[in-house]
Amino acid sequence: MSKMTLNTEGDKHIVVTRRFAAPPEAVYRAHTEPELIKKWLLGPEGWTMPVCISEPRPGGKIRYEWANAKGGGFYLTGEYVELGPFGRIVHVERMHLPDATPDNHVETRFDPDGSGTLMTLRMTLPNAETRAAMLKTGMERGMEASYVRLEALI
Amino acid sequence: MLNLDAAFSALADPTRRAILARLALGETTINELAEPFDITQPAISRHIKVLETAGLISRRIDGTQRPCRLAPAGILEVDRWLGILREALGKNYDRLDHVLATMTPKRRKGKR
Repeated sequence: MSKMTLNTEGDKHIVVTRRFAAPPEAVYRAHTEPELIKKWLLGPEGWTMPVCISEPRPGGKIRYEWANAKGGGFYLTGEYVELGPFGRIVHVERMHLPDATPDNHVETRFDPDGSGTLMTLRMTLPNAETRAAMLKTGMERGMEASYVRLEALI
Repeated sequence: MLNLDAAFSALADPTRRAILARLALGETTINELAEPFDITQPAISRHIKVLETAGLISRRIDGTQRPCRLAPAGILEVDRWLGILREALGKNYDRLDHVLATMTPKRRKGKR
């Protein structure tokens, strides 16, 4: 969708922006409250999040587990570093595929934008090689989704 | 042929990204390419070799020169991968739009 931008910045950053038709408070809550996170942070079609732990306080735990009908699964762990309701979240995360990927430091900002919100998500990877590997992993997962959709069509 | 691993590690270097940006303006010789950079011509040649191996640029023979140009197929392939990632992330946020639409706003105190 044209509303979202995704760009690399410098050698080790990835910056994503997206506008939402809801105030920062709602978007912030949808990023921190487990019962809301489970509804949308699902990636490609066909995946659910049976386990969602989110403890939005400094040092609080993050654990998301995804599963699909074919018995596939992987998970993400992380920790909250800093929270500024309802404008800013700083956290660290890593994927377990099942080996852990290098830590991804993420700062998410929610700025008022008219009656809505402009979200700016800035990821910092340890180095350029890690970023390249992460982009590629993400893409392969996206690719898988395309195949899943293709299966549905044929 | 494009090797995605090679393409992404080729793109991880700022000088090589600058070379690609220059080539986006049109075919260029190595000498012309080296000009704006504060590095030696052999160093530029090594970067060119990496980009060529990654399938992001191609070179032709023109007398004693071997001018470089972008390889559209390779660039397109990288762009396609980025597009797939954008689409996967975009799906999350499209779902979030629906979640936000169903959330009841918290009551505000004061004012009326």
